[in-house]
Amino acid sequence: MKLTTLFASAALALGLASGAWADGHEKTKVGFVYVGPVGDGGWTFTHDQGRLAVEEEFGDAVETVFVENVAEGPDAERVMTQMALDGADLIFTTSFGYMDATNNVAAKFPDIKFEHATGYKRLHPNVSTYSARFYEGRAVQGHIAGSITESNIIGYIASFPIPEVIRGINSAYIHAKKANPDVEFKIIWVYTWFDPAKEADAATALIEQGADVILQHTDSTAPHAAAQEAGNVAAFGQASDMSAYAPYPRVSAILDLWGPYYVERTRAVIDGTWESVDTWNGIGDGMVGIGEITDAVPAEVKAEALALKASLADGSYHAFTGPLNKQDGSAWLGEGESADDGTLAGMNFYVEGITGDIPQ
Amino acid sequence: MVRFEKRPQPSRLFAYATPLLAVLATFFFGGLLFAALGKDPVVSIVTIFWEPLFGEFSFFYRPQLLIKGAPLVLIAIGLSLGFKAGIWNIGAEGQYIMGALVGAGVGLAFYPTESVLIFPLMVLAGALGGMLWAMIPALLKVRFGTNEILVSLMLVYVAEQFLASMSLGLLKNPEGFGFPGSRNLQQYPSAHNAEIIAGSGMHCGVVAALIAVIFAYVLFARHKLGFAIRVTGEAPRAARFSGVNPSRLVVFCLGASGMLAGLAGLFEVSGPAGQVTIDFNVGYGFTAIIVAFLGRLNPIGIVLAGLLMALTYIGGDIAQSQLQLPAAAIQVFQGMLLFFLLAFDLFTNYRLRFGRSEVA
Repeated sequence: MKLTTLFASAALALGLASGAWADGHEKTKVGFVYVGPVGDGGWTFTHDQGRLAVEEEFGDAVETVFVENVAEGPDAERVMTQMALDGADLIFTTSFGYMDATNNVAAKFPDIKFEHATGYKRLHPNVSTYSARFYEGRAVQGHIAGSITESNIIGYIASFPIPEVIRGINSAYIHAKKANPDVEFKIIWVYTWFDPAKEADAATALIEQGADVILQHTDSTAPHAAAQEAGNVAAFGQASDMSAYAPYPRVSAILDLWGPYYVERTRAVIDGTWESVDTWNGIGDGMVGIGEITDAVPAEVKAEALALKASLADGSYHAFTGPLNKQDGSAWLGEGESADDGTLAGMNFYVEGITGDIPQ
Repeated sequence: MVRFEKRPQPSRLFAYATPLLAVLATFFFGGLLFAALGKDPVVSIVTIFWEPLFGEFSFFYRPQLLIKGAPLVLIAIGLSLGFKAGIWNIGAEGQYIMGALVGAGVGLAFYPTESVLIFPLMVLAGALGGMLWAMIPALLKVRFGTNEILVSLMLVYVAEQFLASMSLGLLKNPEGFGFPGSRNLQQYPSAHNAEIIAGSGMHCGVVAALIAVIFAYVLFARHKLGFAIRVTGEAPRAARFSGVNPSRLVVFCLGASGMLAGLAGLFEVSGPAGQVTIDFNVGYGFTAIIVAFLGRLNPIGIVLAGLLMALTYIGGDIAQSQLQLPAAAIQVFQGMLLFFLLAFDLFTNYRLRFGRSEVA
């Protein structure tokens, strides 16, 4: 009980401090907890771009702090607590594995707002969750991939068999198949989000199996390097633009754009209008972007891809629209029916046509 | 002219002074590094070393030192047994993972039964898991003369794959919406390694680490086996003449260090971490190697070294957040510690000679 009292008095002291802000010192402090280094060029890099967007938007009115390379588990809990003790008003925790830690710390600091990326637990009124509908980006990517492949084999470097990744594979496959009925997916699971050596090995293996387009759900540019070496193999940027490999092999990219959301939530804290929400935004809300489609892609394919992007953005088309069957042939979505968010959030099956099993 | 001359006897003074000198040199050169990054070196070092111990929020950080230090000490004690005898277990990270998996697996198998017997069973299973994993390099060495450094290290990567497979398959939380990771043992009272006094950081792992320290101390000071270990390390031929069975020693040292690493994993997964997840292991098994050497392979030294490493981690995260020091700079800082330790170690066995070389 003693500790609770201590936390309560610390929180009270912070409350007094925020009262003191009224006399000139009124910076809102926003903390970010990162799972990787900001220089990873992928996931953490894009979150840090979001942090910089907050700084740019509010200037001197906010102060941002971040800690990078924070391991999931007790380390994350400690870093969050430390930010809270140091007077943060809003804390973004940017990895799925921070879920329980975020809720534990939020329970101790009811006046501080917490935003957890990609999770589903909001056990306290001061916790929000947010994620992006990356599968919308996968749809556009799948369309381009299906259109430009000549071997009709598309290689897919998958990270972990979790709903997020499976959704991406399904969405890419559905739209590749629409563009090219003969298309076939070869999937390699690398069990990592970022490991250039493993990613390069996987890319090389896929290329040797005849793939001439590589899609990746991992963060390094190693597959691009492998594609470049092989020649005649296209690839897509993941999370960040990876434009160093443009115009070829990198022909487009899926972009994580956290800036607008971070700015909006920071503003809500400043205005006192912050509420616990579950956000799942896509292309339309600007959380998912499509990196420039280069001239290596034929003009009509580019136009189709942009039209698809526009229809996803304005909501006139859903990336999972029936008729669609599951891999085992059982019916999933009827004609014109679109998938509900619950099914998508827990997606654990392939759609019909994908070969191979999801590893268990 | 300056040259090194071998001392007739290792210097006792330097054996004890080396860690202190290494810490001082790390302060100095670390300070230079921080200054080069544009941060005030004194403030940086004070933040890392003073803030967690005596700063405003030390009530929170001091218990965290125990949480962070306990697994390091527990593993390092085990490693020191082998290291003294010249038996190099580099794979404690893998044994740590396997201990956690087996132990958590036993606990989860009983879910949701409540019984006081469950946690002791998990402890046994954790110890066994780590020990058996270490038996692989031990038996291969004894039977086929393989190199235990390579085998134990490679088995870390095998254990990591097991961990991923378990997080996604057998041990996955059935109520986790398909996301990876087991049930949280913190929410399963019979399997929870809770703090003995709330808020103190004292969990069973801390107690186990202290017991291990006492055992190791007695082993080296009083027991024949401790003598055999020391003799084998210092004079393998003499050891054989005095009747030490090298095979048995290999099995004992690897088995004991594996067991302690397994215990550390079990206490971590059932306590501070709570969950089996893909990224459960955060490098304690490797950092413990540094701790063992920093502590001069001496049980008391290891306790101090473990706490010092824990301090640099906790203080390092504070410095990241408060001063925006990059995580890589903190890692360099920690690396310096080992580097200077090894560098100054030279002076234990050698001394500097100035002037002309003397006539032989």
